Amino acid sequence: MSASSIGAPGRDRRTALALGRRRKRVDLLVRVLCCAATVLALGFLVSILWLLTYRGFAAMDLSLFTTSTRPPGSGGGLLNAIVGSLIQVAIATALGTPIGMLVGTYLAEYARTSQLGNVVRFVSDILLSAPSILIGLFVYQLLVVPFGGFSGWAGVVALSIILVPVVVRTTEDMLRLIPDTLREAVAGLGAPKWKMIVLVCWRSALNGILTGILLGIARIAGETAPLLFTSLGNNAFSTDLSRPFPSLPIAIYAYAASPYEDWIAMAWAGALLTTALVLGLNVLARAVLKTRS
Amino acid sequence: MNTPSQPAQPLPDLKDNKMTGSTTEGVAATTAPGASANFGGMSARSDAELNASRISIRNLDFYYGANKALKHINFEIPDRQVTGMIGPSGCGKSTLLRVLNRMYSLYPDQRATGEVLMDGQNMLDEDVDVNGLRAKIGMVFQKPTPFPMTIYENIAFGVRLHEKLNKAQMDERVEWALTRAALWVEAKDRINTSAMGLSGGQQQRLCIARTIAVKPDVILFDEPTSALDPLSTLKIEELIDELKRDFTICIVTHNMQQAARCADQVAFFYLGELIEVSPAAQMFTAPRHPKTQEYITGRFG
Repeated sequence: MSASSIGAPGRDRRTALALGRRRKRVDLLVRVLCCAATVLALGFLVSILWLLTYRGFAAMDLSLFTTSTRPPGSGGGLLNAIVGSLIQVAIATALGTPIGMLVGTYLAEYARTSQLGNVVRFVSDILLSAPSILIGLFVYQLLVVPFGGFSGWAGVVALSIILVPVVVRTTEDMLRLIPDTLREAVAGLGAPKWKMIVLVCWRSALNGILTGILLGIARIAGETAPLLFTSLGNNAFSTDLSRPFPSLPIAIYAYAASPYEDWIAMAWAGALLTTALVLGLNVLARAVLKTRS
Repeated sequence: MNTPSQPAQPLPDLKDNKMTGSTTEGVAATTAPGASANFGGMSARSDAELNASRISIRNLDFYYGANKALKHINFEIPDRQVTGMIGPSGCGKSTLLRVLNRMYSLYPDQRATGEVLMDGQNMLDEDVDVNGLRAKIGMVFQKPTPFPMTIYENIAFGVRLHEKLNKAQMDERVEWALTRAALWVEAKDRINTSAMGLSGGQQQRLCIARTIAVKPDVILFDEPTSALDPLSTLKIEELIDELKRDFTICIVTHNMQQAARCADQVAFFYLGELIEVSPAAQMFTAPRHPKTQEYITGRFG
């Protein structure tokens, strides 16, 4: 009997062919399942975006950016909510970023194997996945109840608490990617450890850390739940953070639940704005990560 | 015996080796005749005279946690000459290098006991300023490690840690270091561009420039050419030869030919012990210990 053309001499050709056919069938099945799941997931995403764009653009006009909330049926816009969101997110970022970076640096450079480091890392990871409404309730008890009222500051604190673990995680991860040989090279020149971290490690990990911060900002820019119990929202234009403070997600929440046609339309416009902002930050984060790597 | 004529300082020879606990002396005589063969066409340096000692290593033990990686090491590193350290992987040669500038102290579970004497001081003492020590004993690593900054800043970084120079003095120092490292001609037009854009061989010469810019007494090379192509390797070797006029040099290498080409003195390590230390000419023509002979003829390792 002649040796088959596939496989070693003496191997049964018929079995080999059967196995080959079976392999192809399984391959096809897996491929179809993967594609179907992708289409399903993308379908939802695209329909959300389409609806958002369609309804959002319909309600978008210049007065949206130039006027604050007015009574239903009399026009008005989202100026107060947009400015309020920008102020709160900016201050929360300014507060949360240094804390997150320093904690991440502590974990990566000083406490890699220490017990305290493990505890901090664990707690930070829990915080990272904690429901944001819990953080809102926590700040409510911490800052709203004792100081006798809702305030923009309470919202800022809640947002920075959400931002910190995101920055901690990315800072630690990015610093850990730096090979120890680079640290040894810095130490080998006679540099103290803080100079090694500040002048070389941070610089090496800069793009990665920046990406983390941008993703963190994207996250807090869209948060609603922690603001419900803290800054509450405000229908008037305000820059006074010690009083109830307006923000875009809360405006969307309030307008969408209202019975007025024009308010609901504005909620769509606000949702489109928020989505565009978050999307823009994500694209920017990817671009930053790509440069020089 | 064919021990070379000795300069003022006692030389690392049989007397020192006896302290390592190996049985060097007894077997050396019986194997010496066979060792006169030409080892793979290697020709070691003929100027066998060694200078006075710059660093004395006495009774050095080293531990990675509970694991003893260096056992009772004793030898002298001659001033402004090249000491090559050879031996199979894991024999402790790189570890010894990392003891000399106390690089090991970055890692909490590593410790050394014994003495590393330089200028009459034990460098392992707790009260020695590690950063000052590393300014005196510089190190070049296996893989080029340029910092993520410009070529100029890479050089100025180390200098700024230890000296206050004005712009003109710093410019001068950077040019001097790059010239000594044979990189000035290639780098002078791109000195303010990122060092990451240099080739591997250029990056390694940048690391050498960065190290000599601090003006150390001693430079440690940890397999500096193992990640480089032959041409870059040749350049680095020529550089080492040139640098030894001003610096005391220790080089760890897996490449026997490199040790033969570069070193004035060669130390052979095996399983954490210093088996033999001899002038290069003797090491590669008439090694005293049978293990050395087996290693340099490629029978193990």
